[in-house]
Amino acid sequence: MAHQINMDPCKCPMPSQEPQVRNHNFDEVALGYTAEMAVSEAKRCLNCKNKPCQTGCPVGIDIPAFIGKVAEEDFEGAYQVLSASSALPAVCGRVCPQENQCEGKCVRGIKGESVGIGRLERFVADWHREHVTDTPVKPQPNGHKVAIIGAGPSGLTAAGDLAKLGYAVTIYEALHLAGGVLVYGIPEFRLPKAIVQHEIDGLKALGVDIETNMVIGKVLTIDELMGEYGFEAVYIASGAGLPRFMGIPGESLKGVYSANEYLTRINLMKAYQPGSKTPIMHSHKVAVVGGGNVAMDAARCAKRLGAEEVYIVYRRGMEELPARKEEVEHAQEEGIIFKTLTNPVEVLGDEDGRVRGMACIEMELGEPDASGRRRPVEKPDSRFELEVDTMIMSIGTSPNPLIRSTTPGLETNRHGCIVTNGDDGLTSREGVYAGGDAVTGAATVILAMGAGKQAAAAIHAYIQNK
Amino acid sequence: MFRIAEKTPLNPTVTKMVIEAPLVAKKAQPGQFIIVRPFEDSERIPLTIADFDRQAGTITIIFQIVGGTTMELNQLEAGQSVHDFVGPLGRASELEGLKKVAVVGGGVGCAIAYPTAKRLHELGAEVHSIVGFRSKDLVILEQEFEAVSHHMAKMSDDGTWGEKGLVTNALEALIQAGNQYDEVIAIGPLIMMKFVCKLTEKYGIKTTVSMNPIMIDGTGMCGGCRLTVGGVTKFACVDGPDFDGHQVDFDEAMHRGSTYREFETHAREASCNLLNKEVQ
Repeated sequence: MAHQINMDPCKCPMPSQEPQVRNHNFDEVALGYTAEMAVSEAKRCLNCKNKPCQTGCPVGIDIPAFIGKVAEEDFEGAYQVLSASSALPAVCGRVCPQENQCEGKCVRGIKGESVGIGRLERFVADWHREHVTDTPVKPQPNGHKVAIIGAGPSGLTAAGDLAKLGYAVTIYEALHLAGGVLVYGIPEFRLPKAIVQHEIDGLKALGVDIETNMVIGKVLTIDELMGEYGFEAVYIASGAGLPRFMGIPGESLKGVYSANEYLTRINLMKAYQPGSKTPIMHSHKVAVVGGGNVAMDAARCAKRLGAEEVYIVYRRGMEELPARKEEVEHAQEEGIIFKTLTNPVEVLGDEDGRVRGMACIEMELGEPDASGRRRPVEKPDSRFELEVDTMIMSIGTSPNPLIRSTTPGLETNRHGCIVTNGDDGLTSREGVYAGGDAVTGAATVILAMGAGKQAAAAIHAYIQNK
Repeated sequence: MFRIAEKTPLNPTVTKMVIEAPLVAKKAQPGQFIIVRPFEDSERIPLTIADFDRQAGTITIIFQIVGGTTMELNQLEAGQSVHDFVGPLGRASELEGLKKVAVVGGGVGCAIAYPTAKRLHELGAEVHSIVGFRSKDLVILEQEFEAVSHHMAKMSDDGTWGEKGLVTNALEALIQAGNQYDEVIAIGPLIMMKFVCKLTEKYGIKTTVSMNPIMIDGTGMCGGCRLTVGGVTKFACVDGPDFDGHQVDFDEAMHRGSTYREFETHAREASCNLLNKEVQ
């Protein structure tokens, strides 16, 4: 290797906005590496022969190869390695749970901190966006048409891979903007929307056609797409966007939101901006029910909209929070209050039908359940009231029934998830593939992207062998 | 972008627009709705499909100018385009097999009651229309209703058009006169639908209402439009907008409808200022 290995046991820290500043604005929290920091961090990579990090990446990026290019200060070369495997590196570098994926397998992580793979990916993608203006060369068309339902991370990834192989790809998106959860769910301060738009523009430059305002199942069915529209294969990547509620009394009071509604108003409709045409409640005391990444996003948005007190209300303990550790730490730094081992049992309203508080019970952890997590058990006589004026339910989502109810012969399971044949994403219908949250239920951006990649390969094989 | 083929004011506050949206027109059925965004930075608002022409590829919407977004929409003229137009959304009304129906429309709700009455008429049902407005200058679709109704009761709050009184007065009179309806279909302000349901419950007549809660996406992903129907939470955009009126919690729906009242008042004033070119 040409360069000296940097033996610092710790990751180069990433500059970020101060917690008490950033919790009043929607600007990006993490500011990203400088070129100097990136090169220094890249030199911590040992360039392992067996590349355990790569096996931890759902889209299989050749991580030592791209990091090696960064160490040599060949940032564009690094980008070319990244984009061979990932359609959305600027997104993944920001929102992947790297600690459970690539970085979780990094050899440097055994005796110190793993290499900051996500931060380096982000640096390279940002560097490319800021320095390279070439539009990608449109591949030679191969004469085949593929339709993709849903412009979220899974659909965008599949579209990118198929377009590079020469397919004429059309993505049908129900909302007025492409991006799925990247535009309506993940807030601006974690993932600036201009970056998402830039990555989508890159796909369009490859020739991908994105049709917005198209609710498949209503305006067109899958049978029509494969019939009169002449698509040889369809990839269903419609996600899991149907919110769950708890079913407790008072959930219809004014001031109770699903996290999806709250985040859609803020992110997609830009309700956080002064002068926005879409309204949002500016609350004083907010309870977010749930402990996942979506709950952290909703809580941090509420704080930024000016709420004085924001609670995360979760029925298990701090250890069991399903959100990424980094997100929990960021939320804590910003002043979010964690009320764990607490479960709401009723929303309380005033005479105008607005939320004035919620009744909760305390919980303790019992024996592990089927999933291996310790089951929360109610503590007797522990009911108490928490004064809040807004409640955001973030207890999960499930797939929307629109597609399954309008596609005869499409097998789904009892959770409403589309049933597929193993890794390649083939459904019970010939030529119809599915992946991402529509198959798994709510999961992560990168798993959805991985599924999109596998489905694209399977669709390619299917059409070539027809 | 979706081109506006026609724009006609029906009264000082209600506008009819015919919009070119061939794919939506191909699938639209009575009872379904669309979501429209007039401009790139506009809010998404739901409007029921008032009519459709599959051949011409157009959808007709009729809207009351009540706030910021409907004012924005009303600024657009024939030949211009709306930025986003999505549909058809929601479930179609179930009208097959009905023999004798009372269709009750209130105010701009008549824009939705009319296609229902028309469809029932086409299906061969005996249609009794009961339509109400605050006063004569707000009346819309009078001839259209007459053309598809066996009987039409015209009501106004101030007596300047038809008879003075509420639609419930006319409906009760018809019921007491011995008319036996398979179903009553009520479309209008929540308070009107609530009282129609109270009345028909007394007589044990099945009643369907078309609900109009706050919506954002209109595809079932946020639950902003949720209602309690028969004690169960339903999303109006995917499970409705039509529901069994005797099962709907109207008081809750009315409360939820007022969530953003202050914001909306401000938005309307801001839009008025824009129209008057008094922007600060």
